[in-house]
Amino acid sequence: MDKKRREFLKIAGISTLAGLGGQAVVGRFVTGDTPVTARAEGGHGPASHGDAHQAQAGGHAAGHAEKPTGKRYGMVIDMRAFRANPGLAEKCVKACHSEHNVPNFPNKKDEVKWIWLTEYDKAFTEHSSYYRSAAIRQDKVPVLCNHCDKPPCVRACPTKATFRNKDGIVMMDFHRCIGCRFCMAACPYGSRSFNWRDPRPFISETDRNPNFPTRMRGVVEKCNFCADRLAIGKQPACVEACGSTGALVFGDLNDPGSEIRKVLQTENTLQRKPSLGTLPSVFYIV
Amino acid sequence: MYDGGKIIPGLIIFVLIITFPIWFNRGNAGETPQPELPKDSKNCVLPADEMRAKHMQLLNQWRDEVIREGKREFFEIDGKKFQRSLQNTCLRCHTSKKKFCDTCHTYSSVNPYCWDCHLAPVE
Repeated sequence: MDKKRREFLKIAGISTLAGLGGQAVVGRFVTGDTPVTARAEGGHGPASHGDAHQAQAGGHAAGHAEKPTGKRYGMVIDMRAFRANPGLAEKCVKACHSEHNVPNFPNKKDEVKWIWLTEYDKAFTEHSSYYRSAAIRQDKVPVLCNHCDKPPCVRACPTKATFRNKDGIVMMDFHRCIGCRFCMAACPYGSRSFNWRDPRPFISETDRNPNFPTRMRGVVEKCNFCADRLAIGKQPACVEACGSTGALVFGDLNDPGSEIRKVLQTENTLQRKPSLGTLPSVFYIV
Repeated sequence: MYDGGKIIPGLIIFVLIITFPIWFNRGNAGETPQPELPKDSKNCVLPADEMRAKHMQLLNQWRDEVIREGKREFFEIDGKKFQRSLQNTCLRCHTSKKKFCDTCHTYSSVNPYCWDCHLAPVE
């Protein structure tokens, strides 16, 4: 009887160890595989350019080898052109905000913004420098939603009101937004604004765009890369406002022949907060 | 029954008062709504009776197709191209929300939340 119990305990112990160990091994395989399959499903490979690569762990290296399928819209913002054309950045902001019926709240706390201007230090918090050049210190950098390849806002949204569409645009479905503001907490770029008040009275009656809806109180809004304009063959409103200055270049990052890819291959570009691994689709030439 | 002479007439009066809206409005369904139809176009997305019954499902379907599936391509009616859009398609022919949408919605006492965000044409 004694012997039997001993043997039973031995077998139980060994099988528990084998079970736990086996699970760990299987888990290893599964996690090892995930980044690759996720990429294949998403079809949006990371940009072939940009310093985000340094921040990427080994698991993503496999993702690089895979050829991205589908579109991934992106933008290059050329600060040299904005310096050469004073007032152009403000024109972009105005074009965007009147195109999308973005309300203009007098109270800064209620502010809603899709694209706005900020200082270099606030836009590029991770890029340190010493005795920064006067030009950069005076810069007003246009910042907008980065339409990340790995958007943290999409992971945070409990209703899937924000999601990544087939063209790589991080979209908002205002119909589904419940106003929980998790996405605002998740976004490391502050690209999302909440409608604390009914925005209707703060949209100018004369300047509003009858082709685009407004929002209601209690929803989050942000840049949508003008998905509605792209559908009818137009460029985003901010890009159109820049005209031929080349300050904003918009295009498909997955298309090797696109203009944006040529710019990325000839110029040195920066992404915002690369260490977070969100893989932004908006690039800056400083 | 104690006080039956008071209770029964009391009950009858009570029931009469409670059912007042029913017998007072009997046979009178109110004025039938007369939505104003667009003058320059004859065909809608679906035949009129289907639109009357199903326009809300159609709008929800368009919403999901356009935003979530990205199906933004145009469709054709009588050789003209249209988007799947409330503001850019429906309200281009039905140019008055008051004279079209609101007539039936008020009559049937429904308050669709479309207009919380979508802009009605200026009248």
